[in-house]
Amino acid sequence: MSTPASEALDHQATPWLLLAALAAVLPHFAHLPLWLSAFVVLLFTWSGWLWQRDLRLPRRWLLTLVVIGGCAAVLYEFRTLFGRDAGVAVLVMLMSLKLLELKSRRDALVVVILCYFLLLTHYFYSQSIATGLWLLAALWLVTATLIRIHGGAAATVRGTLRHAAVLSVQALPLMLALFLLFPRIPGPLWGLPRDAHAGLTGLSETMTPGSIANLAQSGEIAFRVFFDGESPPPGRLYWRGPVLENFDGQTWHPRPQVFSGRGPRPQLRFESQPVSYQMTLEGHNQRWLLALDAPSVLPDDVILSSTLTANSRQPIIDRQRYRFSSVLDYRFNIEERAPVLQRNLTLPPASNPRAVELAHRWQSEGNGPEALVNKALGLFASEFFYTLQPPLLGENSIDDFLFTTRRGFCEHYAAAFVTLMRAAGVPARVVTGYQGGEKNPVDGYIVVRQSDAHAWAEVWLAERGWVRVDPTAAVSPTRIETGIATALPEGEPLPVLLRAQTDWLRPLRYRWEALNNAWNQQVLGFDRERQRDLMARFGLPDADWRNLAAALGVATAILFAISLIWAMRQQRRLDPAARLWQRALRRLTRKRIHCASWETPLALAARVAEERPELAAPVSRVVASYLLARYGRGGDLKPLRAAVARLP
Amino acid sequence: MPTTLLAAQPRPLAPVLTRADDIILGKSKEIRLAVACLLAGGHLLIEDLPGLGKTTLAETLARLLGLRFARIQFTSDLLPADITGVAIFDREQSGFRFLPGPIFTQLLLADEINRATPKTQSALLEAMEEGQVTAEGETRPLPRPFFVIATQNPIHQIGTFPLPESQLDRFLMRLELGYPDQAAERRLLVSGGQRQHLDQLTPLLEASALPRLQQEVAAVHVAGPLIDYVQALIAATRQATAFQHGLSPRAGLGLLAAARAWAWLAGHDMALPDDVQAVLPAVARHRLRSLQGSGHASAEDIAGLIRSVAIP
Repeated sequence: MSTPASEALDHQATPWLLLAALAAVLPHFAHLPLWLSAFVVLLFTWSGWLWQRDLRLPRRWLLTLVVIGGCAAVLYEFRTLFGRDAGVAVLVMLMSLKLLELKSRRDALVVVILCYFLLLTHYFYSQSIATGLWLLAALWLVTATLIRIHGGAAATVRGTLRHAAVLSVQALPLMLALFLLFPRIPGPLWGLPRDAHAGLTGLSETMTPGSIANLAQSGEIAFRVFFDGESPPPGRLYWRGPVLENFDGQTWHPRPQVFSGRGPRPQLRFESQPVSYQMTLEGHNQRWLLALDAPSVLPDDVILSSTLTANSRQPIIDRQRYRFSSVLDYRFNIEERAPVLQRNLTLPPASNPRAVELAHRWQSEGNGPEALVNKALGLFASEFFYTLQPPLLGENSIDDFLFTTRRGFCEHYAAAFVTLMRAAGVPARVVTGYQGGEKNPVDGYIVVRQSDAHAWAEVWLAERGWVRVDPTAAVSPTRIETGIATALPEGEPLPVLLRAQTDWLRPLRYRWEALNNAWNQQVLGFDRERQRDLMARFGLPDADWRNLAAALGVATAILFAISLIWAMRQQRRLDPAARLWQRALRRLTRKRIHCASWETPLALAARVAEERPELAAPVSRVVASYLLARYGRGGDLKPLRAAVARLP
Repeated sequence: MPTTLLAAQPRPLAPVLTRADDIILGKSKEIRLAVACLLAGGHLLIEDLPGLGKTTLAETLARLLGLRFARIQFTSDLLPADITGVAIFDREQSGFRFLPGPIFTQLLLADEINRATPKTQSALLEAMEEGQVTAEGETRPLPRPFFVIATQNPIHQIGTFPLPESQLDRFLMRLELGYPDQAAERRLLVSGGQRQHLDQLTPLLEASALPRLQQEVAAVHVAGPLIDYVQALIAATRQATAFQHGLSPRAGLGLLAAARAWAWLAGHDMALPDDVQAVLPAVARHRLRSLQGSGHASAEDIAGLIRSVAIP
């Protein structure tokens, strides 16, 4: 089977190479610059055309010019030739150019190896199930191409593909061993640049009218939760994010040091049994973790701020898993420090005068704090509308909302409510986060989407501490009970998948999301912790990377031993004469005499006599004794054994 | 030749081959293939342009092997009875008497077989296959050995009925003589043609010797690995994209028989992969249809086939 790499490439192998290369490149078109994608398509077409017409390949100087031009264009586009994007672009371009240089088998091998490498680079951009499946298929095709390059023209398409499939399946155990045992490096392996996470969406740190309504247009998943026991009803699921205490008349801000974890610890009194759950949070490039209000047990490394928000030490840039316990009924800071209360009574001077006046009037009517809360909620319940498309508001946004437009989304109600309370002398603040979630009946996970983003209010009442008040619930109770899709009037823009009308799609969507979740949890989420758990189950607690490397070595050795035993058994099935002949051929290979698989022993002997007269006699002896032993009647092995032994 | 590597036994046919080489110049391999075909008990089809020595080859073999020889020139108006014979009314015996046709011979040269109508062709081919002739309701066996050398002009000539695949399969081998090489052609031109020597040829073998030799050929040893090789080759023709369809089991049997005969001619009593490779083009080409281009598989197709199959 040894044909030199410099041998001319079989004409019919070119379409294989083109297809394999296309499969390896195609997903990159989604993010390559348009001109480069067009250029690559052009190169593929050119190569295919040359092949179909059986024309001469372009000359070397022309290719050199194209390479220089292409690299210059990449350099101009990315300002570098290295790094993720520029590197992939250069690689794609060079591989496509190599298709115009398919002269020998060696050129084809270069293309195949580049294809294998390009397959790997797709994981820089996507690790979804679809990508994995595509890459598996592409891997199969590239392997088939490799076989085709070596296999000669007579092999059928089907046979080649089957051979490649068998090879890929045989590689499966090694793949599994590597997946399970390869030491996981904490943090991103490749040191990707920060801009890789710029596109992540999620709650923002600040709140202005319209900011959450914008988020509600997105059906993207924010996080998934799996409760250990029965999950609480959706109306009680308030996922607590940043607490906004500072208001400048337009925008609500958190206090600057809110993430530091310094400041006084929150005083909590729990009044019901805790619920435990696991949260898989998608990367959102912020530090808050959105624990269920109020968290009682936090993982290590998670800080609870003085406003009861769970925070990570680092921004969360990729999918993370956390375990929390929360208690739904609680008392929070029954004794609050005066500066905090003072802060939550502050309003920007001379803004929203009508709202302030209304609040003062309520106050002067002699209402206590609870009555003030009810008064405001009663106001919202009477003549306000809940909508994703609120009218624009002017400079005194709260006044405009309360007295003119009366249409708004949760942030409008929360902001107006807090303003009214503060003006009436009740300490109040805005809490942002998510509310509700949808249970996927397939795998039992509760899925919380960006469209579940929510803002509510918290007021401080003497002897009760901070109490959650959700003004949106007063306007639109269904929003809290069943979710946003049913709460909005018809015709509001919602992501297609969330619309109540698309009921027929729902089971499908549940299944697909459950599959994705399983993939995320089991495959992508197989991190150091899980690896450690697995090793512990095999009696290797506290496995560090050295143990893992050793385990990997052992597993690989076992796999290797199994395949070796299998190969030896195949060999043993050969008859002894054939085995001796193989040994003789190996010796000849060392003497740089190669015997093609189809070459007869006599033809080999003749060739040796011609090319290497000094070896003619010993080779002739081997050939003659082999032919007699293998094809003759007697099958006497002794002369063959002696002749092989006497081979120099 | 590397064949000297293995001990070779002298064969009684050696003088026949040498003598035939003197008559048909520069066609040593084709002569040996023709003789091997005869030894394997198969029939031979020679396809080539007129004037390349097809008839000379047939006649030379017949004379040297001491076989009774007959020749039928096939034409479009030839009838089956012209080959097999007719029954005529004999007044003296007042009954029908069968007059055997030219087919009742040992070596029949069917010249330009593709000029006759399919009906006539099939009469001959049936006789070839069964070794007997059925005429006037009576079955008459043909002499033993019975060997047909049919010649055919390349199919694209006008007014011919090319043999269908099913009929071609009945010929063990098909040969193309091709033009002689320069040296052979010069000798031919200098000597003024070799046909004149035909009359001087004397049999080098008794007619009764041939069946015995055929038995010897059939006894040539074929080892398991060689059968594996033949099987692999046949399997490759069935899977390969180069051909429309693969070789039949009959072709496989023929390939083994031809390889045995080739080995025997070389003086060996066992068949080798070399023997299979040597006879493969003659045995396989007319049974395979190439996908690319029209017509039968080319010599290159067969070379590609050989290169694609590993010798077990």
